[in-house]
Amino acid sequence: MSAISVSATQDAWGPRLGAFTEACAIPVIALVIAFVLFGVFIAAQGHDPFDVYATIYRGAFGSWFSVQNSLLRAAPIMLTALCTALPARAGFVVIGAEGAVVLGGLAAALTGIALNGAMPLFVITVMLLVGMVVGGVWIGAVGALKHYRGVNETISSLLLNYIAIAILNFLVFGMLKDPATLNKPSTFPIGDDNMIGVIGESSIHWGFVLALILCVSYWFVSRRTPFGFSLDIVGGNVRAAQVCGLPVGRLLVIACFLGGAAAGLAGAIEVAAIHGRANISLNAGYGYAGILVAFLARQNPLAIIPVAFLLGGIRASSGVLQRAHDLPDATVLVLQGLVFVCILASEMFYGRWQWFPAKAAVP
Amino acid sequence: MKRRTLLKGFATAGAVTAMGGFSVGRVFADEKVKMGFIYVGPRDDYGYNQSHFEGKSAVAKMNWVKAVDEENVPENIEAVKSMESMINLDGAQVLFPTSFGYFDPHILKTASKYPNVMFLHCGGLWDAKKHPKNVGSYFGYIDEAVYLSGIVAGHTSKTGKLGFIAAMPIPQVLRNINNFTLAARSVNPKITTTVVFTGGWANPVKEAEAANSMVDQGIDVLTCHVDSPKVVMETAEKRGVFSCGYHTNQAVLAPIRFLTGAEWNWSKVYSDYADMIKAKRPIPNLVRGGFKEGLVKSSPYGAVVSEKARKHADDVRAKFVAGNMIIYRGPIKDNKGKEVIAAGKEVGQTDISLESMDWLVEGVVGSTKG
Repeated sequence: MSAISVSATQDAWGPRLGAFTEACAIPVIALVIAFVLFGVFIAAQGHDPFDVYATIYRGAFGSWFSVQNSLLRAAPIMLTALCTALPARAGFVVIGAEGAVVLGGLAAALTGIALNGAMPLFVITVMLLVGMVVGGVWIGAVGALKHYRGVNETISSLLLNYIAIAILNFLVFGMLKDPATLNKPSTFPIGDDNMIGVIGESSIHWGFVLALILCVSYWFVSRRTPFGFSLDIVGGNVRAAQVCGLPVGRLLVIACFLGGAAAGLAGAIEVAAIHGRANISLNAGYGYAGILVAFLARQNPLAIIPVAFLLGGIRASSGVLQRAHDLPDATVLVLQGLVFVCILASEMFYGRWQWFPAKAAVP
Repeated sequence: MKRRTLLKGFATAGAVTAMGGFSVGRVFADEKVKMGFIYVGPRDDYGYNQSHFEGKSAVAKMNWVKAVDEENVPENIEAVKSMESMINLDGAQVLFPTSFGYFDPHILKTASKYPNVMFLHCGGLWDAKKHPKNVGSYFGYIDEAVYLSGIVAGHTSKTGKLGFIAAMPIPQVLRNINNFTLAARSVNPKITTTVVFTGGWANPVKEAEAANSMVDQGIDVLTCHVDSPKVVMETAEKRGVFSCGYHTNQAVLAPIRFLTGAEWNWSKVYSDYADMIKAKRPIPNLVRGGFKEGLVKSSPYGAVVSEKARKHADDVRAKFVAGNMIIYRGPIKDNKGKEVIAAGKEVGQTDISLESMDWLVEGVVGSTKG
């Protein structure tokens, strides 16, 4: 992949197009296989697979309501996927987005409460920024622990999730609790004025647009800047990167910070657009869904957008599947699992075929 | 976090109370009554969600009702989308989003967008002053049934040590723990209840750990207030101690040592609502009640329950049904020795002060700090 983007000769279009076709065709073929396997599973359950496909399509993309439903579910997952995808460029497997979401949301809520009364646009901006910084520091610490103390980043980020949830619980059950929230302890509300609104007549909130912007800018950073290129080198071979004189430690911490900032933003948006206060509902599993999306998108920030939309769609169709076919919610988990396994298995087919053999394309 | 509960904000004379009232608009004589149910966990959790699913299944059997449902819906935008989808795709006239955390802000926001649909929430949070007319609440005084479990546990325990595995130290949970303890101590004043808070509504690993450690301490009756009592019931049976259920009937999980349990009776609640919609009667915004109104029930006694225990519990149930049973009769001390209800003072079931309970009664080993 990276070899392609470096070769910028006039004749490079052939291999480039080939790489693009490959990057699209292989996942699509894998998806088709996953859906065929899913159809077999459905048939084994005594349902008509084509009916079920039709229902999934109807629930996920079949109407403007369904599309909005899928997009809304995709928004937080796009951001949490970035938390795994960006450090992954540097060879890090970070699975701590859940904790960053929780703490980002909590920090955003506290900011909103503290600034209550100021101009809403200002309050919202500061809330989102604080959420990003807190999420960034949280995951940045994972990078620092790895580089300076040798702590495995996957384990530390996973365990930090539990610490983050415990911090949230401790605070909303204790000193930050709104006494009116007796049986579902929560912070005080940030106030209706400080909520992020929806786009025009739709039900999609502006947080979705922020998620899109972040995906595109992270793609730009990782593919079109010296920083992104350095990350790829660190990910390829840390020794080589050190020999080249790259500041490996700093690069790792910054990559983790940026990843965590995306997840922190997801939490801040959850608070500012959905809940209006922080409570344990922030711990909804978006961080874990993001890991799935990042791997399906092969850690490419741009590819995260369609993959998150697909996953959001699958989740959105669950309700209709349950109601129309009496299938349990676990059905969509089976589909998700099959998609995941097929796409991961398809990795080994990259580079096997030459899609557009170009005359001048020398290896 | 999920959850339901009693709540603050409005005092009502218990029982089935109608305030205002709301008629569902789009019903025609020959059309089916369309009801939608949303659960936060799985339908077959042997607990809270299953109790609502059983209620839904009861109304779904009637040929003039079309009932749809969804499970595992988290308390965020996904709950809003599930509600809207039931309204737009299935034409639901009345929705039952059953988890406590669906109410604010998700139900409130969606309800103002769909004024012709009735939103009935399990938890009793509706407030005439603050909330839309097409929202309502229903809830049962399940602590009455927990009280009966406590009586049976008190008669059955040989060690005089009971165990209560609870999710979180919130008022509704504390009230169940206190009722269970007060009831057991009405049988034998030396009995203690050890309480462990797991910190979450569905935390099976911690629930099993707590159950095992309680049995190791000599506790011989276990009960719980978590979403799914399955793990606690099975662990109790395996370790050879007795158990009292919660939410639904768990006798099948502990066939030998299951005593009784506190159950919701949502089939009655949901059938009543369906009847009201069919007859185009106004739907009350607030429905609450205990044994008397038929909103809660006790699981049938297990074979090991003695005649004496059965008689005692049945007598108290009769008093609940008659409406003259008072659980919180002063003097009552908390487990730190402070008097919380003065001598001579009687606090009835519908008293609002019980809904912000933040203390554990004398005889409970544990702390509200979790």
